[in-house]
Formats: sequence, structure tokens, C-alpha cells
Amino acid sequence: MSWLTRLLPSVSSQSEQRKGVPEGVWSKCDACSVTLYRAELARQLHVCPKCGHHHKLSARQRLEYFLDDVNYTEIASTLQTVDWLKFKDSRRYKDRLTAAKQASSENEALIAVKGRLCRLPIVVVAFEFNFIAGSMGAVVGERFVHAVNVCLKEKLPLICFSTSGGARMQEGLVSLMQMAKVSAALAKLTDHHLPFISVLLNPTTGGVSASLAMLGDVIIAEPNALIGFAGPRVIQQTVGEVLPEGFQRSEFLLKHGAIDMIVDRRHLRMRIASIVAKLIRQPEPTDTKTAIN
Amino acid sequence: MSKNFVDFERPIFELEAKIDALQNVSHENDVNLNEDITRLKEKSRQLTASLFSSLTPHQVLKIARHPDRPYTHDYIQGLFTDFDELQGDRFTSSGSAIIGGIARFDKQPILVIGHQKGRGTKQKIHHNFGMPRPDEYRKALRLFRLAEQFHLPVISFIDTPGAYPGIKAERHNQSQAIANNLKVLSQLRVPIICIVIGEGGSGGALAIGVGDQVLMLQYSVYSVISPEGCAAILWKDATRASEAAQAMAITAPHIKALNLIDDIVPEPLGGAHRDVAQMMQNLKEVLRHKLAQVMHYECDELLNVRYQRLMSYGALQSDVT
Ligand SMILES: [Zn+2]
Repeated sequence: MSWLTRLLPSVSSQSEQRKGVPEGVWSKCDACSVTLYRAELARQLHVCPKCGHHHKLSARQRLEYFLDDVNYTEIASTLQTVDWLKFKDSRRYKDRLTAAKQASSENEALIAVKGRLCRLPIVVVAFEFNFIAGSMGAVVGERFVHAVNVCLKEKLPLICFSTSGGARMQEGLVSLMQMAKVSAALAKLTDHHLPFISVLLNPTTGGVSASLAMLGDVIIAEPNALIGFAGPRVIQQTVGEVLPEGFQRSEFLLKHGAIDMIVDRRHLRMRIASIVAKLIRQPEPTDTKTAIN
Repeated sequence: MSKNFVDFERPIFELEAKIDALQNVSHENDVNLNEDITRLKEKSRQLTASLFSSLTPHQVLKIARHPDRPYTHDYIQGLFTDFDELQGDRFTSSGSAIIGGIARFDKQPILVIGHQKGRGTKQKIHHNFGMPRPDEYRKALRLFRLAEQFHLPVISFIDTPGAYPGIKAERHNQSQAIANNLKVLSQLRVPIICIVIGEGGSGGALAIGVGDQVLMLQYSVYSVISPEGCAAILWKDATRASEAAQAMAITAPHIKALNLIDDIVPEPLGGAHRDVAQMMQNLKEVLRHKLAQVMHYECDELLNVRYQRLMSYGALQSDVT
């Protein structure tokens, strides 16, 4: 971030402007409804300073917060979505795609980039939930594999921010097979001793949870994220009882041994940098961005 | 014919009942009704052929879930000899939604694994309706490792409505159990042949479904989510499963056209349940051929080919890296 954007945090939120979110001065926390100064909320990376609620971020904004700067190179950004089945429910898949592109300003549900984290060259992929619930179809699978291939070729660590409803139904079995595809690619990363850090965001479920997201060498979750294989509604229907308090939330997963740690978004960047540096046996990194708090 | 039939099989069932009755009369009264019986049998055959020549995906789904359809255990009995069931995940559970063990196929030792649905209430509950929980994926993984240890090819039968959605399943990290199997199978150092024999339900199927050859029986289905689940989400109405089955392209020819499976194994007229012996014969022949094909590879080459085929699933053109 330049000195200018540090001084004027609202300028940095380009993606908000792109999405056409009205540029009000005040904003309300989705969880505790406290009124917040918008610039302050942005400075807190959209974490409520009062209750700690982590508001949703776009994939693009996530990368801006996470990487040293926005001078990143996109990987496989030109892949085009294919309507394999000419799928149609209440809407045609083609129309859903057009709407998703408009809603998210992205061309698919995953962005893959090569960039720098505390000067360490890394590859980062981030799911865009506003693109058909971050669902994984062929482009997501393929782009993920391309990202892994860049890691293999240039001996780089991989970091993934997941937020997804699972496999994309509109691509039928092609999307199910992406689970096998990305898992096989990650096995190659393991063979080459390259770390894969999986960060689970709210929500991460279904086929994404049951493939790449749970295959991290280190698995980190943001607080209170919904993470699981089956959705809570499906489970409730099956078992016919009220689900326990906090079921399938980050804290539940930590307690039952599914993840390594829960990290507040405001500390994610440095925490991951430190973990990655140790795993690739590099010196402890220092922050190249001015501390947020 | 059994007393179990699905709705569109009713006319066939009624004809077959008539044939049975005639045969009984003929037998009990010692009268020759062969001519009538032969005529009715031919009529039944033609009716079946005509009904099965234009099944809708939803009808295929019903056949795939037919209560009389052969299950994994039937295939183990019908295709292999000297089966030793191996049980337990070695941690906490002896779950049986997935069964497995070592056996011989044409004298060749193999490792067999598969979802088992169970017949009758007691067996269905014992096998959890073929819906695996995390422990069962870990049991499968243990058996895959055993196969690798002793250089046994793996034959995997897929027949599940899907992974079991339960509280304990989530607590035991269902996602990780499935994901880990996908990762390990992609590099397991023995040949793997997977056959969808009934329902290939989502991640629950895929977790034992990554291999060097993936086959589907003619009237089996394979889908990313159950048609009911898909309909509930996209149509907001689970009863519109028929439309979802159509839209998702869940039948073998559709999936073959997408290059996601290698071959379709033909079923006897009217489906596997109408002539189980014939079904076993058909599959035996295909399996012999496929096994010879995958056993031919040297291990690293086998893994390389397996990797390339996984990468080919939904591969897209790109003009950049
Ligand atoms: Zn708040």
C-alpha cells in the first residue's frame, strides 16, 4: 500500500467502487448492528471492532489485504466457463453466469495469482462467493491446477482462501470430478515438499470442503465460519433433531481436531507469513505494510 | 420375477405373473401349456425391450436404485472366489456401509471394496443404507494401503446415495476423510478399477472412485448431488427430481460422452436384477479385459496415466499459464 492509500483507506477499496456499493460514511455491523465509521471498518479489514464479526470480503479485496501490493500476476485468468450440459433449471446456466459476472466483477469463482507476502514470492488462490456461491466447476478446478503447476515450476508455497457452497450443480459430474482433480494436484505439491496453507472462510462446505480445503498442511479458519461437508439444513432433516449450539463453526472444528488454529483476519497476513517462512526454512518475516492497528 | 418392481415395470410384472401362473397350472394338472407360455414369454421380452429402449433418466435412476438390483456383496460372490472380509478402521469403528477384503479373480489375488446397501430392514440398518461415515472412508483407506503393501490390484464397487449427513459424521470430519482418500488414491501404487453398479452419489461415491479405469453399468447413475437434493436447491422442490435427473445428465451414456468414464458395461434385458447370472458374466468379461490392460503398465507409468486422466476431467483451453 502506498502512503497515500494508508492515509486515505477508502481509496484502497477499489472493488467496492467497482461493485457500486454506495459510498456512505457510516456502516452498520451485520452482527451487532453497531454504527461504524466506514473508513474505520475498512481499516479493520471489515472486522467489527465492537463484536469481532468478520464481514464477507470479495476475493479481490482479500488479495489486496493479504499481499504486499497489488502488483500480482494472474494465473489462467482467461479460462472460459463451459456449459457442458446446456443446463437449465428456473434459469439457464448461461444467464446465471452473466448475472454472476455482474454481481462479482469476476469471470469465475476463483482468482489465482502470483504475488508477494512479506517479500516472499507465493501463489494465492481465493474463492469469490458472489460468483454462484463460490461453487467449483471446471474453471475453478482448472485454475486451481494451473496455480499448483506454477508452484511446482517455481518452487513456491500455495495459499488458498476458501469460501464455497461446494461443487457446481450446473456442470453436473464434471464438477464432482474437479474434487479428484484438485486433490491429485495437491498430492504433487506434497511430493515436492511445497507447503499448502488452507484458510477456511465463512462458509466452506460440500465438495470444496471435501477436497482442497481439508488438504492443507496447515489449516486455518477465520472465527465463527461455517465449515462442513453437509449443510446444517440437510443434517437437521436427516437426524430430525436440533443441532447443537455452534455446530460446524470454526470453534467446533478446532475443538474436534479438524483445524490447526483460528486466526482473526487482522492477524492473518503476518501469521501466515510466519508459518510459511518456517516451513520453507526462511528467516522470520517482518511486515512490509504498516500495521493495521 | 420377484415381487419388487418399480412403477414402470408393472406391465412386465403382470405378464410375468401370468406366465408363473400358467406354469403352475401346467405343472399341477400335468397339461401342456408350452405354446401359451412361450408366446407370453416372447411378449414379455418384447415389452421389456420396448420399455427399456427409451428410458428417461429418472426411470434409469429407479432401476439403479431397484431393491432387487445386485449389490456389492452379490458381485463379490458372483465374480470372485476365496473372499476374506477385512473389517474395521483400526481406530474406533467397525462400520459396514463400505465392505471390503481380499479375494481371487481368475485365481489372481485382488483387493475388493464397495458400498453395501443391504437388503431387508436389519441389513439396511447394519450397512447404514450404503451411506458411509468418516470411519468407513478411513477403513477404505486402510484397505487401499493394504493393497499397495501387497501389490494387489483394487476393484471398487460404487453404490451409494451419498455420504451420511449426520452430527457425528461432521464431528469426525467427513470432509477430511473424503478429501484424503481422493489425494491418496491419485497416487496409490497399484492398479485400480472402479465400477459404478448402482448409484454413484456425489463425494460419497468418489471417495472410493478414483482409479485407472472407471466403468458404469448400463443402468447405473452417477451425479454430483442426488436429483432430489438438486431439485430442492435449484427448483426449491424436491419432488421435481425427474427434471433434475434430466438436467444433470446422470446416466452412463451422458457421462461417457463427457469423457468422465471409460466404458459402459451392458446389462441384461430389463436390467441387472432380471438376470443376475448374465450380469455377472458380462462384467466378468469386461473386468478380465480391463484388468489385463491396467496390469500391463509399469507402476510409475500407471500413475502418470492416472494423473493425466484426472487432469483431463473438464480440461479447458487456455492461452496463458
Ligand atoms: Zn459487530
